[in-house]
Amino acid sequence: MSVLRPLDKLPGLNTATILLVGTEDALLQQLAEAMLKEDCTSELKVHLAKSLPLPSNVNRPRIDLIVFVVNLHSKHSLRNVEESLHHVDATFFLGKVSFLATGAGRESHCSIHRNTVMQLAHTYRSPLLFCDLEGTQVRALVREDLTCHRATKPMYHNY
Amino acid sequence: MDSYDAPESTPRQCASSGLKDYFIGATPLQKRLESVRKQTSFIPTPPRRKIPQCSQLQEDVDPQKFAFLLHKQWTLYSLTPLYKFSYTNFKEYSKLLNAFIAAEKQKGLAVEVGDDFNIKVIFSTLLGMKGTQRDPEAFLVQILSKSQLPSEHREGKVLWTGWFCCIFGDSLLETVSEDFTCLPLFLANGAETNTAIIGTWFQKTFDCYFRPLAINAFNLSWMAAMWTACKMDHYMATTEFLWSVPCSPQSLDISYAIHPEDAKALWDSVHKTPGEVTQEEVDLFMDCLYSHFHRHFKIHLSATRLVRVSTSVASAHTDGKIKILCHKYLIGVLAYLTELAIFQIE
Repeated sequence: MSVLRPLDKLPGLNTATILLVGTEDALLQQLAEAMLKEDCTSELKVHLAKSLPLPSNVNRPRIDLIVFVVNLHSKHSLRNVEESLHHVDATFFLGKVSFLATGAGRESHCSIHRNTVMQLAHTYRSPLLFCDLEGTQVRALVREDLTCHRATKPMYHNY
Repeated sequence: MDSYDAPESTPRQCASSGLKDYFIGATPLQKRLESVRKQTSFIPTPPRRKIPQCSQLQEDVDPQKFAFLLHKQWTLYSLTPLYKFSYTNFKEYSKLLNAFIAAEKQKGLAVEVGDDFNIKVIFSTLLGMKGTQRDPEAFLVQILSKSQLPSEHREGKVLWTGWFCCIFGDSLLETVSEDFTCLPLFLANGAETNTAIIGTWFQKTFDCYFRPLAINAFNLSWMAAMWTACKMDHYMATTEFLWSVPCSPQSLDISYAIHPEDAKALWDSVHKTPGEVTQEEVDLFMDCLYSHFHRHFKIHLSATRLVRVSTSVASAHTDGKIKILCHKYLIGVLAYLTELAIFQIE
């Protein structure tokens, strides 16, 4: 079983790769588009995956940041994320993993309690963002947060 | 890590600080402030543990007295505390509300064809409808049609019923001052127009606020687990779940019916701690149902939205509609609903 490791490949020059993991295709697509619209000095690549482990036969660049997307309206998405977490190396959790929970705004449609996701993020020592991907302003907020998040991590090393 | 969670915690803080400004200098309030501050700290709260009130009836509830509350569909609302409400003024309230309804109906705001303006409003207390001694008394409001015939003994037909109650409402009772009566749960049966008129009157007279109480899928699965856990002598209805699948153009509904004894057997195999229901047990119970369904139909029910739960104890719909079928667990069902109502108020 392949496990994602943060330093198993050489970093790309001036590029950052973000991996979004989640069951909701439309949601991931929206988030990816929002992130790519953002102007930044380095090149940004966004990969989407339904779950981990990723197929090992594909040649892909080094993943710099993993964002696990949980939809609070769907227990299935939470189970999917929980199972995917097992395929991530422990060293990834030193700041290269982030959780994103959507759907908190519509309380009447929630089938997962907020605390469950908070507990998950707390267990994995990773930050958690709550947002609803419905407004453009919110998308901007998410972009900002994720970009700041990215920017604080060393994206490339000059050996 | 703090900055990331800020968007989530701020709305809750705003709501409680609004309430805080209203009551100044009360010690129970300062206790609540403390607890609010603790909530916004970054250690997530432990999974909720609930004790099913099913088998505990605090008061000796006479089944006959509350029989008229069963087998009716009630629409749920949460209600903020009533200001300067008095149980001794029921006659006056009846007269005022009667006049108000007549005025509203004549205004043409809520005229229905064949509507009888000869109506009578009755306020009465529901003794024994409480969880602890501290809970305020529940009361009932009914709109009856005055019978056209002169015979006095003929009871008018009940057009609309609404009742206010508070079962185990300690968390709310602690924070309010003497002038307020806390009856956070309001249940109504009857025409929507009447509910609106009566709601308006209460809001104007007692400075309170009604909000429809929606029940989300998370709480519905708790209800399903708690009601399946209730010991019943005989089962009146099958245990049924209804899920709504969001898809275009029209949403799809999936209905899953289980024999109640099978559901109870499944619950018993999952249940460990006697007298308590934990989050893990509820999740496991629902997961068993989901995986069974997936094995047969290859559909992930966990990706859909639970909309309705129906058991022999009670049935609940996500829009805030409830029907209680068993008088034995009436208080237990209301206790959970009171908790949801209090949560919505706060």
